[in-house]
Parts: sequence; structure tokens; C-alpha cells
Amino acid sequence: MATKSLIGTYNKKGQKIVDPDYLFYDAPRERQFMTGSEVVREAIKRANVDVSISYPITPQSEAAAMVGDLWVEGYVGEYFRGENEFAVMSECAGASFGGARVFTTTSGPGTLRAYENFPMWVGSRLPIMLNMMVRGVNSPLSIQPDTLEIGLIIDTGMLIWHAESAQDFFDYLLMGYMVAEEPDVHLPIAICIDGFFVSHTKDDVYIPSADFTLPPYDPYRNPMPVMDMEVPPVRMMRDPFVMKSNYISYATQASWQQETRAACERSRKHTIRLLGGLIEEENTDAEILIVSSGTAVAQGREAVRLLAAEGIKVGIVKIKTIRPFPYEEVRQATKNAKIIFVPEFNVVGWMAREIKASIPDNHRVVEGPHVAGGMTMPPEVIVEEIKKVLAKKKESIHE
Amino acid sequence: MSKEKIKINQEFYDIMPLEYRELVEEGTYGKENRGWKDVGESKELIEEHSLCAGCPESIAFRYVLACLPAPEDTIMVGSTGCTSLVFPHVAVHNIHSLFGNQNAVASGLKRALSFRFPDKIKDVVVLAGDGATVDIGLDMTLQSWFRQEKFTTICFDNELYANTGGQSSGLMQKGFVAKMAPAGKKFDKVPLPEIAKSSGCHYVVKMTVSKPNRVEKAIREAILVAREIGPTYIQLYTPCILEIGKQMMEGLQEMRDSEGPNKRFEFEEYVSDEARAYLDTVNPKKKKRKKAIVTK
Repeated sequence: MATKSLIGTYNKKGQKIVDPDYLFYDAPRERQFMTGSEVVREAIKRANVDVSISYPITPQSEAAAMVGDLWVEGYVGEYFRGENEFAVMSECAGASFGGARVFTTTSGPGTLRAYENFPMWVGSRLPIMLNMMVRGVNSPLSIQPDTLEIGLIIDTGMLIWHAESAQDFFDYLLMGYMVAEEPDVHLPIAICIDGFFVSHTKDDVYIPSADFTLPPYDPYRNPMPVMDMEVPPVRMMRDPFVMKSNYISYATQASWQQETRAACERSRKHTIRLLGGLIEEENTDAEILIVSSGTAVAQGREAVRLLAAEGIKVGIVKIKTIRPFPYEEVRQATKNAKIIFVPEFNVVGWMAREIKASIPDNHRVVEGPHVAGGMTMPPEVIVEEIKKVLAKKKESIHE
Repeated sequence: MSKEKIKINQEFYDIMPLEYRELVEEGTYGKENRGWKDVGESKELIEEHSLCAGCPESIAFRYVLACLPAPEDTIMVGSTGCTSLVFPHVAVHNIHSLFGNQNAVASGLKRALSFRFPDKIKDVVVLAGDGATVDIGLDMTLQSWFRQEKFTTICFDNELYANTGGQSSGLMQKGFVAKMAPAGKKFDKVPLPEIAKSSGCHYVVKMTVSKPNRVEKAIREAILVAREIGPTYIQLYTPCILEIGKQMMEGLQEMRDSEGPNKRFEFEEYVSDEARAYLDTVNPKKKKRKKAIVTK
């Protein structure tokens, strides 16, 4: 389509528009040492974003402000600070309805303030990218890392990816647009990272030159009409189904909900191709597994190393996409496991629930360890939990 | 959008609904000097509204659609309420997303369209009820004005929540007894036109829709000013005859009764100096013609 023909040309800023696969896999990359917030700046610089709207909330403020700098430098088309997160997400909707590629960020209470917009984005098929730098949403006030808010948006219908590291984060931000904007998907996408742990710490990130950028969004590859009066308007319907109490109205609403969920399912094939799978597994022949997402996986890897030194073999599964959830992949990866530990940075254990709902014999799942409210999860905590459960098992065998 | 784009493929002509064929052949996209007098003369951009018989909002809606200066490049943003029952029948692109966020949606939309079409005029017009504009959406209404967003906000003020069954709203008169104000509303009608002036609107009109000529002038000028100068606001009294106990023939009289001297919908207009100067450049011919009529 039009997108292809633009490859090799230059955007307004003078960046060369390249094939996304070239940008993701072939373009030479340079190592840089940067924070997660800076990752946002570098990814958005190469994403040909038309409109970005921001609102301050810790810990995403720094990233959102840096996108503003990109606007001044000409990498982003339009940018302003909105009045609150609910409004910002509506402003993003307006821009997306108008055919723009849109980027915004939020955290914790901001996510919840904006919440009403997310199912609306989905139903309106707006491929907005929302970066969530997750943090606590509880009272008393906490600005500390906590992943509870991911669990709260799970059933909005959005695509939800959870990055473990700064490198994941950089790649997901760019790849996310390509998946979300596919005509058979065309849904909003939340790229989540654990606030502070990823946003505010520095890490090695390999990035391609900023002389290259993604192809621009082509709004006419859209399952819905773009609201720009460039295509003929129709009277949408003689008997509009909104708020009508009749069978055809219910059937229309129900089938559209099914279609948006089906669109999320259809994203699997694009995502698997770009991310190399919805999960990543190591030593899944082990009887003990750690399965989780985000930085809980990073901590899990350290725990695996510590336990290996003691002669305890533990495998690990990293879940990259929360929606669509990799049910089949998780089922396969856990088929040899006797005990499955699910470390999480939240008090409720939504990831454990997801896993329990995906696998047979789900008594194998140990929900934890959990930390919350900004507590860190040193690998020793995971090691201790695993040892405690193993000891109990031994006891019960001896009894 | 060029009017050339609205054509029916000959192969499908016979299966297209009659009203769409009429829209293509007799619609007023691209027509110069559109106005309320086209109602009844040519195909309207609003088809078979689904409001109550005799509802003043329905005629207001028809006037607004008839008076858009460039419907072929106008995108409307609505909100939840009686107006959202009409938007599906409207032949310009229109957005309904949530309740109260209309000025936020319009802000993002206008920014995106200005970026995507730097050499074209794309008018954005918000049309929402008083609950959406003044209560649940007040924050976003005002903030879009503070930011000088270049679009027009039209409020259909029926002084209550009509669609949910007549609950008290911020634009309801003080003392009026309604659902959720069972002992009478305790505070004054929110003076949004006053607030609009001090919040940065360049053109503010408060009126009823009893006089279509005036409505036409207000809508047209508000949209032209929003295009070039900054935000504009129009508050139209569209009484909910159902909820104030009127018959379907009494809507017009209710509006006339409410717009007399010192009544709450007495015609009020505010035009900033900048907007006045601009309107003088686009309206000179009309002015002369008016003068000529007066001298006769």
C-alpha cells in the first residue's frame, strides 16, 4: 500500500523512511547507556509520530517531557500538555480519529483516571500507543513501583505488552506501532514497564541511527472511516443501534465486542514474527519453573543463578504479551514442571491467576513471592520462597 | 473534501437508498452562502432525526447543519445525550466517544487535522448538551478555551439532563424543582457565556433558536472566527418540552417567552476586537447590503 512506496523517501525532519524489518533487525546498532525515560525519547525519535499529548505524573513525567523536546526539534508533529489524564486520553482519541499516529504515557493513578477511554479506544479501533510506567495505585499515596495497574487494564481489549528491560522497551515501542496499526488488528497498545526499575535506571541499549525512521501511519489502512472528511460521509444508519432496546441493537453491540477481541487474537501472528514469540523460555525441562513478566523475570533469572550454584535446577519463562495472553505457549512451556513459581510486584497476583487459568493441574502454581508498595524483590526472596516450598513438599512426603 | 468525491458508482446507483441519492444530487456540500433557507429547498445534511415530536433541539440541529460554512470539510464532535441520538443521521463525519470529553476530543482532532492538512481548512465543531458542556465536561470545555484551541463549541442548553429523564443540571435555573433537586435547585444558573469571555473565547453568543436568521449569523461567524482567531462559544436555548411540561406545539413560544428583555435568554453577543476586525474583512458585502436595505 502507500506505506511501502514511501520507503527510501525522507520525512519532514529529513529522516530516511526505512522498511520496519530493516530498522528492527538489519540496521547497524550502537550501544548506549541510558535510562528508560531516555529510551522513550530515542524510540519516539525513530517512530514518525504525528501527535503526542502529555500530562505529568511520576514516574513517566520525564519521558513525556522529552517527547516535547522532540516536537521542538521537529521529530514529532504536534505536542501539548493536556489538563488531566482523562482529557489527555480523549485528546489522543481525537488525534487518532483524525488519522494521526499518536503517542502518550501515563502511570498508576493516571491510568485509572484515564480508564474510561481505553475500552472506547478499542471499540473505535484507534491504534494509539500508551506507554504505562507502572506504579502504585493504593492509598495512602505511593509513587513507588507496583504492577497492580496492569492487572486492572487486562480486559479493556487493548494489546498489552510488558517489557523486562530497557532494550525490550526500545524494541517494543517501535514494533508495537507496526502490530497495532495492522489493518486486521488496528487496536490501541499499552507498552508497560515497571516504573523506576526500568524508567529511572540506566542500562545498555543497542539502537539504530536516528537518521532512520519507521514508515508513517497510513490512516486509510483502517477498518473504520477516518474522521477527516476526505472520504464521503455516510449517514451511518437509518435506525442507529446506539441505546436502542431491540435484538438487532444487542446483536450489533455483541458482535462488535467479539470482533475487537478477535482483532486482538489476530495480532498474535504479527507479534510472534516481530518479537520472536510471545514468550521466551530457558531450561523448561526443569521440574521447578519461574514464570512471570517484567522485572520480576529479571529478578527470577538471578534467583535461577543462585539456586544453580546450590545444585537446584530451575527453569524460567518470560511472558512478553499479557494481551493477547500466550495460553498455548505457557501450557507447552510448563508441561514438565512440578512446581511453578510466579513472582510479582503486586499484592493480588494477577499474573498467577492468568497462568492458573491457562494450564492443566494448576495446583502446581505457587502464587508468589509477592512484593508491593515499592518493595524491591531481591533474588534471595525468590530463592527463599522456592526453598520454603520445596522443604514443605519434602516434609509432606515424609509424613 | 471535494464534492467530486461524493458520487455514486453507476453500477450501484439503483440499489442506493433514495435519501443517499438525494444527498449526492441535491446536497449542499460546496454551496456558497449556505443557510437556514436551504431547509426545505435542498437536501438537508440531517435525515429523519430521532428526537421527540416538536423538540426545539431538532430544529436547532437542522439550522446548525444548514449553516455550517463548509460541511464538506467539517468534522463534528458530539457527546452523550439527546444529541447523540441525532448524530448517526448526520451526513458529515462526527465523533461520539464518551460523555463530557467532547472538547478534549476536538482539541486532539483539530491538532491532528491541522498537522495532516496544513494547506486546507478543516472546521471542527463541538455540539453537546448542557450536562456535557457545563457539568461533567466543564474542565475540558474551559481548558480548550484557555489553550486557544481553534474550534467552535455549541451548547444545546435545555437546562437539565433530558436524555436520562430530567435531572437538575448546572445550567438549570435556581429554584427549579427537578429530579436530583427535589427541594429546588440551590444555586444560580452557571454563567457560562460570561466565563467563556474571560476564558479566552473570541466570539460568544447566548440566544434561543426562535429566529433562524440570527442563528445562521451566529453559527457562521463563530466557525469563521474559530478558523482564524481562536475558540468560540454559542449557547442555544433548546427547551426540553417533555420535562418542563409543555405540549409539542409550545416549544417556539417557550423560547420567545425566555428571550425578552432581562429574561435569561435575552440575546447576548461578545466579539473580541481581533474577531471583529476579522469579521469586518469577511463580511463587507453583507454590511453594505444591510445599509442599502435600511436606506430604502
